[in-house]
Amino acid sequence: MSLMLLFMLMGAVALAAAMGLLLARNAVYAALFLVLNMLALAVLFLSLGAPFLAMVQITVYAGAVMVLFLFVVMLLGAEVLPEEGGPIPWQKPLAFVLGGVLIGSLSWLIFVEATGMGRILPPPADYASPQELAMHLFQRYLLPFEVTSVLLLVAMLGALVMVQVERRRRARQQESQGS
Amino acid sequence: MVPTSFYVFLAALLFTIGAVTVLVRRNTLIIYMGIELMLNAANLAFVAFARQFGDVAGQLFVFFVITVAAAEVAVGLALIVTIFHTKHSVDIDAISDLKG
Amino acid sequence: MFLETVAREGATFFHLAPLAVFVPLLGALVNGLIGRRLGERGVALVAVTASGFAFLVAVLQALSLTVHPEGAVVPVAEWITIGELRIAWAQQIDTLSVTMMLVVSGVGTLIHIYAVSYMHYDVRYKGDPGRYARFFAYFNLFIAMMMILVTGDSYLTLFVGWEGVGLCSFLLIGFWYEMDILGRPSTANARAAMKAFVVNRVGDAGFLLAMFLMFWFFGSLQFREVFEKVPEVAQAQPWVLLAITLLLLLGVTGKSAQIPLFVWLPDAMAGPTPVSALIHAATMVTAGVYLVTRSHEIYAAVPEAQAVVAVVGGLTALVAASMAVAQYDIKKVLAYSTISQLGFMVAAVGMGAFVAGMFHLVTHAFFKALLFLGSGSVIIALERAHHPLPEEGGHGHDHDHEEHKAHGEHEPFNPQDMRIMGGLMRRIPVTGWTYIIGSLALAGIPPLAGFWSKDEILLEAKHLQPVVYGLLSAAAFLTAFYIFRQVFMVFFGQPRSEAAAHAVESPRLMTGVLLVLALLSLTGGFLNTPWFHPFGQWLEHTLKEVEALPFDPLVAGISTGVGLVAIGLAWLTYRGTFAWSRWEQDPLQSLLKGLFDFLQASWHWDDLYQVVFVRGYRALAGFLAFAVDWTFWHDWFHDVVVAGGFRRISRFLSQPIDLGIIDGIANGLGNSVQGLALTLRRWQTGYVRNYALAVMFGVVGMLVYILWAIR
Repeated sequence: MSLMLLFMLMGAVALAAAMGLLLARNAVYAALFLVLNMLALAVLFLSLGAPFLAMVQITVYAGAVMVLFLFVVMLLGAEVLPEEGGPIPWQKPLAFVLGGVLIGSLSWLIFVEATGMGRILPPPADYASPQELAMHLFQRYLLPFEVTSVLLLVAMLGALVMVQVERRRRARQQESQGS
Repeated sequence: MVPTSFYVFLAALLFTIGAVTVLVRRNTLIIYMGIELMLNAANLAFVAFARQFGDVAGQLFVFFVITVAAAEVAVGLALIVTIFHTKHSVDIDAISDLKG
Repeated sequence: MFLETVAREGATFFHLAPLAVFVPLLGALVNGLIGRRLGERGVALVAVTASGFAFLVAVLQALSLTVHPEGAVVPVAEWITIGELRIAWAQQIDTLSVTMMLVVSGVGTLIHIYAVSYMHYDVRYKGDPGRYARFFAYFNLFIAMMMILVTGDSYLTLFVGWEGVGLCSFLLIGFWYEMDILGRPSTANARAAMKAFVVNRVGDAGFLLAMFLMFWFFGSLQFREVFEKVPEVAQAQPWVLLAITLLLLLGVTGKSAQIPLFVWLPDAMAGPTPVSALIHAATMVTAGVYLVTRSHEIYAAVPEAQAVVAVVGGLTALVAASMAVAQYDIKKVLAYSTISQLGFMVAAVGMGAFVAGMFHLVTHAFFKALLFLGSGSVIIALERAHHPLPEEGGHGHDHDHEEHKAHGEHEPFNPQDMRIMGGLMRRIPVTGWTYIIGSLALAGIPPLAGFWSKDEILLEAKHLQPVVYGLLSAAAFLTAFYIFRQVFMVFFGQPRSEAAAHAVESPRLMTGVLLVLALLSLTGGFLNTPWFHPFGQWLEHTLKEVEALPFDPLVAGISTGVGLVAIGLAWLTYRGTFAWSRWEQDPLQSLLKGLFDFLQASWHWDDLYQVVFVRGYRALAGFLAFAVDWTFWHDWFHDVVVAGGFRRISRFLSQPIDLGIIDGIANGLGNSVQGLALTLRRWQTGYVRNYALAVMFGVVGMLVYILWAIR
């Protein structure tokens, strides 16, 4: 019963934070709402027997990634933008309609079509311990693991190159203006 | 004692909210946050199913999703910064040079 | 002691047999790939070692055979496996194949040693010292291929070697492919190589057809399996055996230069002299004799084919000997002599006298190699006298090289022309004496090697085929005549040129080989005398039912008498030329007039082929080109039928159909696409959110569709 209470509580927090992200006018608030959402999810991960993932969620997502977001938001001074009007005003109502259809059909799928999915019980003590995860990660999923490391490297290089090219272009512009 | 479908439904709700955020907001940064929310929703479903079937493979997929998301954020933010230098704005509707 | 060990332990060296193929092959690879870096000494060492190793292997095989005379089949590799057809590359080691191995690698090694010195001069006189390594690469490759040929346990393996030695022959005849035999820029040598190759293809076609028939009716190409079924097939379809034997004979006439395919061998003398000695006298050309001997169980079942083979051999022996009488080129004489002697062997194996044929093959390898190497020694002696190499400036006549080059354009110096020789006995005695020994052996004077083997053939012929006996006796007469005509022209009398007067004896390496071969020519005959015949007993293990005929003093007396008379006649005819200081006219030519020219032109055999095949082929080609291709095919069919018809159809298609209908459709399509595009481009708003919306629309749409579909 306590598991149910926990789920309800954290589900409500996560939903509220998500709605906050959707509606916040200020990008900084939006980011903070997202952090709150992720923390709530981390708690839910814990209740699902994934302590390691919960920690990763907090450190990597709520920590590193969101700090990066906040950093860029403040660097660019892009906290507030006029949201109303714009060149495609018909986009918004259409989006809400589509979102409604999506959640409607998903609900239909979950509660009508795919009944009897089972129940979540408190996890056994040794379920998904970091050791067990590591065993799987470095044995069965070693190749994907290595590939992701390459992916990260490529992403890092890509980010660097993009900024570098931009800087060089501006340097050339200044040079031609100067001469 | 929580039915698995509750978790999955919560994931579906979060996913829809994220998707709507992507479609509705004009601030590029907030759009990216919407994408992150969608990924998180998928992660929640993964973990829930992993618990139900007692198989840690689902958790490992979450691990990979987080990694890919981190890479995506790094490249995406670099793109935003670069675009900001030319357009002096993070308004997604300001970038419409491919108009037919 | 050694043999006893082998016998007691039951051990044999049969499993070493593949090395006889692979070591020379390795030598060929080494010399072919890095020969230029090794230097002449390195190249020579590699080549001679490889060939000598093959000889060692052959000797070990022979030793093993003395203990286990039944021989063995040594598998080397799986070769072809297609369904039912399974052909392994295996080596058949028996007394017959080991005899060939010994001859090929033994004589081959001697000639290798000789060539080490000979090619040193040859590459310098021809102006490309870098080609030294290539020569030995080809030479070793030849030994390897010959080993495959003689050890193969099936007709197909034999055919691989057969073609391989043909390739080596082609490469070595055309060794100086950019010049003629006098070193002038020309395609003559290349054409000679091509001729050898193409003529051999005719024979090979026969061989191939024989193999097809064999596979069709015997279901195998393996010697043992084929021979087992011979009686069965002979009972059911006698014509098959006749066809197979005659087609094999066609192959034999190609490779062993018999009538009618012998025309390539005289031209093959374009190759360096060691090549003529090894390939075109001692070993490769005897492959045909080996093939018939190997197939003796088939031939024995078809007496008609045996008669044909014997008559072909006898005719070749006589005809080629007559051609040799009128040649001036020192090597051409020997070439026709080789054809003639091969005729002896083919006649012998044709009559079923396989031991006699193989015996003559062995002795002939000795004395003909000796004669060829002797002629090479003469050629080099004259070359060195004519223009000494810079490294040995002191020797011979002190000629100005350049002057000779200029002079040579009017009258090119031909060191192979016997008309400029004479009196060489005094200048190059070792070559001279060994040459005379070889000539006596060839002429069949007792007790030299050639006497015993030729006597055995004649003896068998007298019993089996009297007609062939007549042919061979006449050939024996001419043989003695032409070889002593040559000896008298080359070694006796006055020198008839500056070069001949200052000829230099060849280096020890060359004369040493000549002496070894001379010894073999002297004593080789005692392998198989009528009273003591270990060679016949040796081959009996493979050939079965060998009976040695008793010595017939009449036959021996006739053949010896005929030889001596011929030598005497040659002396009488050419005695007059001994006083000449330059060549005037061949005494034989004044005697025989037109017949001499006819013989010199080798019976106009080449001209006949020129007219019948080459000109006929050209006429046919011309007819095909002008009448069929141009007038009929091009003018009428292409221009009138195809082009005219096409033009009419295209006019019809272009006017009403293309302009009217097709263009209408195309333009209509274009216009409508353009209109559609103008409408559709509005969809391409450029707003990222719109695109995201489209993706979302697609996702939701699909989801809804799936939900609707799974109900």
